[in-house]
Amino acid sequence: MLKTEELQINIGPQHPSTHGVFRMLVTVDGETVTDLKPVFGYLHRNHEQIAEVNTYLQNMPYTDRLDYFNAMANNQAYAMAVEKMVGIEVPERAEYLRVLMVELTRILNHAGALGFLINDMGAWQTQLAFGMREREKILDLFESVSGARLMCNYFRFGGVARDLPPDFMPRLKDLLVAMPAFVDEMERLLRENEILLQRSEGIGILPKDLALAYSVTGPVLRGSGVAYDIRRAEPYSIYDRLDFDIPVGSVGDVYDRILVRIEEMRQSRRIIEQVIAQLPDAQGGHINPKARQNVRPPVGDVYARVETPKGELGFYLVSDGSSKPYRYKVRAPSFINLTPLGDMCRGYKVADMVVILGSIDIVMGEVDR
Amino acid sequence: MISSAVGCPMPNLSAEDLRTRLVRDLPGAVQSVSPLKVVPPPAQGHAPAAFVTGDTLVEAARIVDVALYLRDRLNYAYLSDICVVDYLADEIFEIVYRFYTVEGGSSLALKVRVPRENPVVPSLTAHWPGANFHEREAFDLYGIVFVGHPYLHRIYMWDEFEGFPMRKDFPRQGDKYIGEDE
Repeated sequence: MLKTEELQINIGPQHPSTHGVFRMLVTVDGETVTDLKPVFGYLHRNHEQIAEVNTYLQNMPYTDRLDYFNAMANNQAYAMAVEKMVGIEVPERAEYLRVLMVELTRILNHAGALGFLINDMGAWQTQLAFGMREREKILDLFESVSGARLMCNYFRFGGVARDLPPDFMPRLKDLLVAMPAFVDEMERLLRENEILLQRSEGIGILPKDLALAYSVTGPVLRGSGVAYDIRRAEPYSIYDRLDFDIPVGSVGDVYDRILVRIEEMRQSRRIIEQVIAQLPDAQGGHINPKARQNVRPPVGDVYARVETPKGELGFYLVSDGSSKPYRYKVRAPSFINLTPLGDMCRGYKVADMVVILGSIDIVMGEVDR
Repeated sequence: MISSAVGCPMPNLSAEDLRTRLVRDLPGAVQSVSPLKVVPPPAQGHAPAAFVTGDTLVEAARIVDVALYLRDRLNYAYLSDICVVDYLADEIFEIVYRFYTVEGGSSLALKVRVPRENPVVPSLTAHWPGANFHEREAFDLYGIVFVGHPYLHRIYMWDEFEGFPMRKDFPRQGDKYIGEDE
């Protein structure tokens, strides 16, 4: 009988598959993970305190840097929180433009996330390159509308910074025409890939009740079979007039999370098509002309949340009546979705751990804040 | 695997409904709300009114009871957020717990006020494992002690760090971690 003992190893912070500077303190018994503690804070910059010394509008570009894949969605959550606090009305057209940008963000996030996930499984680059190719096309659109590819800073209180450029719609329509082929191709690459099936089916199972107790949101929660999507559960913006389905998984493993993301890309495309159809009839301009950007909200607190591609992003703001927030708290989806990582990895192999982490889809800018 | 059955959200409880129920079912758990001072007063312009909350203020020792009541009796099972606010002028921390139902709709917020010198509150992690990181963050940045938390360690700052950086009286300039060249 060989003498065996448990071994504690660090995976990260400098590790290619930890999606940033993220460390996992893993206890292994041979190849099997018996315990895992996520360790982070390497990118911590006390975002929330920086926000307390800025005016409300100055924080808008800072929200881009939370989840730098989804700058538009972060902008939306923050703009909604301030608008709710001050009582700014958003014109219909601006709401359509916002939804358009956020749903494009969802597509590019999932395309990237799936690509990175396959990369983590060892199927080097092909899938990632496909995802990145689509992402680039959407980033080009973002650049034409906001002037920046990643840090868009496009939203303002009461609307968006500027209206669409003239060539935006033709380019968007071209993109949408090419979109189904891309999603189908991606799904085929995933579903018919023996490596992927072996590595993802039955791995990292998060049961329904546990997913809820762990407060996870987004594709991780829906992959576990809870049809909870804030766009439906507490409709904001114009989502109550748009028709879309909420994909849910059945088992709660890595494979289900992949399928949920693929289907969400299709649903986002559906939403964008409805937005394009309804946009010409929408009332108002791209911004409420009466909305002041230099806001001084009344004393009070407010919480506003949106469904970003990663889950529930909420902003809790407390105002003391001045032009700067008294308290600015970010409820970051990536951060909370990491909580069950230890439970999801327990009992699986070290190589599975990397895949499970990839299936949560974290961005460290948001986790560490 | 597509669920489109989720329709219009169910009507939700308002904060007043919740208070009425809590007074009836858990006597002594709800505190009456006193307005908080607002600091710092603005350099110019009118002085703002005092801060009054419309949410339910709960006795710190009873927070677990009330949270379980929300989960088991009212079906508010999803703990979305735990947030700390430092009201320096009133010498208190306010901790905001936010709950939702999975059926959808608006939130119910519970607020707990603890003194700044001795910020101790029972942990919810035993019942909501998802409270784990929220509470560690509150401990790290504000120094709130959650009794019964399984692993109450710093989460962002390094373990040897002294002080709680999000507190309003934490020096923003010139602490010992900042070098002279910065």
